Amino acid sequence: MRITLDQDRCCGAGTCVMTAPEVFDQRDDGIAILLDPNPPTQLATSVRDAAARCPAAAIRVEAR
Amino acid sequence: MTDTAVNRAVPSDLPGLPRQRGCPFDPAPGYARLREQAPISRISFPGGGSGWLATRYEDVRAILADPRFSSRLSTAAPHVRPAPTALPEQPLPGALLRLDEPEHARYRRPVMRAFTVKRVQRLRPRIQQIVDERLDAMERAGGPVDLVAELALPVTSLVICELLGVDYDDRDTFHGLAGRLLAIESSPEQAQQARAELASFIAALVAAKREQPGDDLLSALIAEGDADPDSPLTDIAVTVLGSLLLIAGHETTANMIALGTLTLLESPDQLAALRSDPALADRAVEELLRHLTIIQFGLVRAAAEDLTLRGQSIKAGEYVVASLPSANRDPGLGIADPDRLDITRDPAAHVAFGYGPHQCLGQQLARAELQITLTSLFARFPHLRPAVPADQLPFRDDMIVYGLHQLPVTW
Repeated sequence: MRITLDQDRCCGAGTCVMTAPEVFDQRDDGIAILLDPNPPTQLATSVRDAAARCPAAAIRVEAR
Repeated sequence: MTDTAVNRAVPSDLPGLPRQRGCPFDPAPGYARLREQAPISRISFPGGGSGWLATRYEDVRAILADPRFSSRLSTAAPHVRPAPTALPEQPLPGALLRLDEPEHARYRRPVMRAFTVKRVQRLRPRIQQIVDERLDAMERAGGPVDLVAELALPVTSLVICELLGVDYDDRDTFHGLAGRLLAIESSPEQAQQARAELASFIAALVAAKREQPGDDLLSALIAEGDADPDSPLTDIAVTVLGSLLLIAGHETTANMIALGTLTLLESPDQLAALRSDPALADRAVEELLRHLTIIQFGLVRAAAEDLTLRGQSIKAGEYVVASLPSANRDPGLGIADPDRLDITRDPAAHVAFGYGPHQCLGQQLARAELQITLTSLFARFPHLRPAVPADQLPFRDDMIVYGLHQLPVTW
């Protein structure tokens, strides 16, 4: 699984941090950061969930 | 209204936005039929003219995420106000609710830092302290008390006052203004007057903080504007942002606290589940947000160009109402039995906070306040109950934000 995050789109709602805290965090200014662009498969569900919930559609998940 | 909306031939017997609830905890029954039969339907507006109503989850999300649907409306709440106020052509700087990208992000970004997951996490002990003090006061007073006046409003007002740097002693002023701003029957003059009073209240505060900064968000925004000549944070922008944060920051969550409390009291099995496992608080709050969706009339956008939605052709300038309450009860949300309240379910990807780049900025703070207040309240008063029958309670059918005007409780 490969994840990309478009920080220009991010609106700082924090949904990804809430949904998949192992993979996403927020900078002090609220913009999301990707902690792990290739997370282990056991996190696949929560990462896909984070992508689906992101209000700015800033997260892309590609299966590999 | 002088919009293009009225220049189009439309049937004169169009229905309005469904408003008549059957059960006070459910949206008007008309939404279920619309989702099935006419997911994008034409509706009339109470002050004249017409627009479109989107009732399915998928469509509501698509509209709110699509830049072709603009937040720059020329009237305020035209879908529910009998006499909607005309808005200035050019939105004020910092008027987040009325700006489109990229301008919207320029004003949202400086404020975002105060509402991150981590910042809210650090606020939790202080929120707990505020809640405990209010519960102490309730206990000393003895029941019955009005939960709205004694718990819900004080908690959310104290938190946002401390965060922004507003004096809590001024609460009567801003509570009164919130009431006048959110009442759908307010005349354009009354709404305009309330907006002006709120702006001058915050402007005076901004001026005072420029002289004597505090450890608060308003002071931080002023300093950021001063430090960077390219910053959009002028005193006017800080005033507009501060006005929005103060009203949105206390009113919505206070209504969720009161309505969420009543909902659980009226659903004894759900309340028993929460009491037996307080770790369910996160899920319970998410489910209450979804089930109750207090932005009861949804969000309005204006089509920025001619476009087609589910076969309906929408003309540039026409208004589209994205019904959040309907979307959150749509089977398309992907949860079983969406009309059922189930605080144990996996949290739904609901749209109670909206969707798209405007999604609620303060949602993490709202969640923390709700989780802490509800668990602490039910732990403190094991025999909490409404002091009047539910059918005699004053529900806020007349306000942009749903909830209860009062909730007398005893224990």
